[in-house]
Amino acid sequence: MNEFSSFDQPVMMKIDKIIDESNGTKSFMFRHKLDYDPGQFIMVWLPGIDEKPFAVSYLGDGFFGITVLERGKFTKLLHKMEPGERIGIRGPFGHGYSFPDSIKNGKGSVCVIGGGCGMASVTVLIEKLQENNLTILMGASTSTSLFFKNRYKDITLFTDDGSEGIKGYPTDVLEDLHNQHRYDIIYTCGPEIMMSKVYEFCKKHDIQFEASLERYMKCGIGICGQCVCDGQMVCKDGPVFDLQALSKMDDFGKYSLLKSGKRVSLNEYADWRSC
Amino acid sequence: MSIPNLNTVLCGIKMSNPTVLPSGFLGTSKSLIKRVADNGVGAATIKSVSFKAREGHKNPTVIPFEGGMLNAVGYSNPGAEETAREFSNLKEVPIPVFASIIGTEPDDFVRVVDKLSANEFSAIELPLSCPHTPGFGLLAGQGTPESTGKIVSAVRKVSKLPIFVKLSPNIPEIGNLAKAAEDAGADAITAVNTLGPGMIINIEARKPILSYKVGGVSGQALRPVATRCVYDIYESVKIPIIGTGGVSTGRHAIEMIMAGATAIGVGTGIYERGIDVFRKICLEMEIWMSENNYNSIHEMIGIAHE
Repeated sequence: MNEFSSFDQPVMMKIDKIIDESNGTKSFMFRHKLDYDPGQFIMVWLPGIDEKPFAVSYLGDGFFGITVLERGKFTKLLHKMEPGERIGIRGPFGHGYSFPDSIKNGKGSVCVIGGGCGMASVTVLIEKLQENNLTILMGASTSTSLFFKNRYKDITLFTDDGSEGIKGYPTDVLEDLHNQHRYDIIYTCGPEIMMSKVYEFCKKHDIQFEASLERYMKCGIGICGQCVCDGQMVCKDGPVFDLQALSKMDDFGKYSLLKSGKRVSLNEYADWRSC
Repeated sequence: MSIPNLNTVLCGIKMSNPTVLPSGFLGTSKSLIKRVADNGVGAATIKSVSFKAREGHKNPTVIPFEGGMLNAVGYSNPGAEETAREFSNLKEVPIPVFASIIGTEPDDFVRVVDKLSANEFSAIELPLSCPHTPGFGLLAGQGTPESTGKIVSAVRKVSKLPIFVKLSPNIPEIGNLAKAAEDAGADAITAVNTLGPGMIINIEARKPILSYKVGGVSGQALRPVATRCVYDIYESVKIPIIGTGGVSTGRHAIEMIMAGATAIGVGTGIYERGIDVFRKICLEMEIWMSENNYNSIHEMIGIAHE
């Protein structure tokens, strides 16, 4: 089994180690090779329960990990699991972040913005950008929801309530930071409202931009149409899209599909996802 | 030698080529149907719609295996009213679009047809053959000549659109069932729905992978069964057949046409060869037809029976 590093069907993998990241957030580590590009996702299966997509937040030689916020029934069950127990993994799937020539070989300025648990999707990306002039911004609703804050030397923290770091949103300081660093590209993963603000900023200042979208997924392999966003399949064409692609996606920042396929506002979608 | 003509006419509906997107694949939105059209499909079927919204089964709902795919999505759909809204102004889509309609009782089908009456669908498909959703298809006994006849007659009374009836490959003497559909007023037969249900167990987890445990088999494993069903149906009815099941290359498509199909469904082939599978199949058909001196689809329909 160990010679394979991507999987069409779920493969049961032993949880090697569990890391407590912050209140309600844990990382689950697996001692297994994974052929993963930053921004891709894997489908995590709890047999007999459900299956959900997650970004890989730790990746190394012969190991990988995912970081999971306890939110609904599925993540509660996952949080109760112990090292040695097994869960199903299939993937990786989808299209991850790209690395334009402007930032290759350590050239160029890059900004990475993680919002809430979206931070988990940009960690492997951040590790690939260590040679660049890199700004990392992380926002969360409150102090206890921040995680990975000690994982990077230079990270600027924001909380909505001001309980830690700067009170407000990462987008508040983008103008100043860009004047200082002249970013070649900004990557982001987080609440779509935040990402669409960053998108508008990048469009205005002609900065390359890539965002990782979240939609309810079923097949994960680009055939069922559940995660559609204006003709794009988030599971297959995304989850990472660049500025040009997003400019053609009217639903970006506005609408998402419920499990039935009903298209609703992002607020209504977020309410459904959080229960 | 001139380029062969892939045009086909299905119940009076003109198609630039015989490929059809079957229900359940990418048919959730008008934007995706347009994208499939951009990739060369001849006509497309929307995801099956019931009167009320349905969430379907839990994940995992789709799982590939060596011979194709197993799925039990469970007819998730936003209901007839939302579907009517999503697929309004279908003139924007450059290909014919078919509405796949599901229900438990004949009246349910009629209510959905009614809700969609203002939409510009080119045909109605009735999949009376799903193997994995309680209340629908095989699990509701809709695959008998009596039940199929009742549902088709009920829809016939309220719609002038061509009606396609989608049959299960599980039915013995499938030709008789196709004949019952034809007698009740069906205009075409879609053959076939997924086979089974089947099951795939993860032996380390000691559990079936699909949350519903069982699901319909599609893809390569289904193809010889589907071809035989099309062959049998062609001998029993006069109405055209949409041959569906495991077609992913031009050779497969021609095989299905020779068995008797006028049009060809391609679903699992999207997973195998990408969303441009339709364009690939058409190109492969053209090359083969050209090399073998066929000028049109029409010349090849049913010639395996001669």
